[in-house]
Amino acid sequence: MSAHLTWATSARVLRQIRHDHRTLALLLVVPCLLLGLAAWVFEKTPIFDSVGAPLLGVFPFVIMFLLTSIVTLRERQTGTMERLFTMPLGKGDFVAGYALAFGVLAAAQATIASLFSVWVLDLSLAGPVWMLILVAVVDAVLGSVFGLFLSAFAVTEFQAVQFMPAFVLPQFFLCGLFVERSDLPRALELLSDVLPLSYAVDAMNTIVVQSDPGSEIIGDLLVILAFAVVSIAAGAATLRRRTP
Amino acid sequence: MMNNLTRGDPARGGPGPEDTQPAIRVRDLRVVRGGREVIPGLTLEVPTGQVVGLLGPSGCGKTTLLRSIVGVQIVASGTIEVLGQAAGNPALRERVAYVTQTASVYPDLTVHENLAYFAAVLMIPRLRVPEAVQAALAAVDLADRGQDRVARLSGGELSRVSLAVALMGEPQVLVLDEPTVGLDPVLRRDLWDLFHRLAAAGATLLVSSHVMDEAGRCDRLLLMREGALLADDTPDGILRETGTDDIESAFLRLVDAAQLDPEETDR
Repeated sequence: MSAHLTWATSARVLRQIRHDHRTLALLLVVPCLLLGLAAWVFEKTPIFDSVGAPLLGVFPFVIMFLLTSIVTLRERQTGTMERLFTMPLGKGDFVAGYALAFGVLAAAQATIASLFSVWVLDLSLAGPVWMLILVAVVDAVLGSVFGLFLSAFAVTEFQAVQFMPAFVLPQFFLCGLFVERSDLPRALELLSDVLPLSYAVDAMNTIVVQSDPGSEIIGDLLVILAFAVVSIAAGAATLRRRTP
Repeated sequence: MMNNLTRGDPARGGPGPEDTQPAIRVRDLRVVRGGREVIPGLTLEVPTGQVVGLLGPSGCGKTTLLRSIVGVQIVASGTIEVLGQAAGNPALRERVAYVTQTASVYPDLTVHENLAYFAAVLMIPRLRVPEAVQAALAAVDLADRGQDRVARLSGGELSRVSLAVALMGEPQVLVLDEPTVGLDPVLRRDLWDLFHRLAAAGATLLVSSHVMDEAGRCDRLLLMREGALLADDTPDGILRETGTDDIESAFLRLVDAAQLDPEETDR
């Protein structure tokens, strides 16, 4: 691992995205539109106050997951990854470079979506806004490294896109957004305990109801970060310099 | 210097400039891809400081051999040494440059951004990057296209950007997979001149092509068919040995000879 190579790689990934104005716009605006739509749907009910914050943890996760799984697949298919692996670039540099670049994008996306929710959609929070942003950012980083890891198993774009419903939607159902996790059938509750999105939603829910949630969400954040670190390591381990 | 046409010539004797260590040594290489034996057992050497052409029809295993030499191909058995190290050794990553057949650069970046990124990956010191990028672009005649997005370039320009990446970092071995396909004849001549200048400066170039008329531009030729070598000699040596006037006829003669006498070409 080299800080120089990691940094060069993330700068390159960010340059690629910067040239693609539409992707950049979609990245920053789509979560806000979806949250706005959700707020509108639940306008006559108090539900948005309870699902708004968890949704903030879900959207960046899903979008970053999709982006990274496609972009690394493309890197495999155009031969640039093979070329990089004949050069002094380490596998860790490659994955960490991507994680860093998408972490930056995720931070921008999660910040805008969080501020939009609180200021425009009047999402009511007992806790501070910056904690909401922090959880959303960490969660989006997890989504991006999870996508990096799983993209190793996708050979075509068709497969990569379907990894989203296969690996992300189940977490969506089990994370406590629809049914409190404690009210799930026992087997599913246990399953939800080992899925990262559950911890993001738990942390969001805590921030909504508690005025000083710091000590309670720290555990959730550590779990999400641990998942992210494991995904980065697994992502680097699944990259192969030699291929058949 | 006469060589046995049908074998690599590891036992070439006598003093002379060609007698320095070969840059690439392949011994009994066997590669299986998708259940098919693409290279059944190949032995060859590429001498240092020469432009060696790897010629053969599409699908004969050229790319597989080149991928094995740069260490990205899983091989079934055999050994490959590049500059005295096992192929794929991390120490070789700054000394061996590889250009894939399809241009492996980022279409959504500009030419300059692509080269600057690869220069960073090649550990070229930051202050020397602009100079290295400009020199590489000038060498492939793209000096004025630095700010263009790669996606907007023509096919020939695209492959030149990909080639330019390999010219940065002063590699000692360049492995080029069909670098001149589809290029303007003038540019093709310029590139072959460039290859010879690099070789004169001490680099070793292994250049594949499926176009036999590029044969005359090489110092030595490796003629390949169905994963095996038909010949390993200078272009003149091959013509003399086969009694033909052009490499295409020589190739056909060698194929016929191999079919008549499979023992001779079993290597």
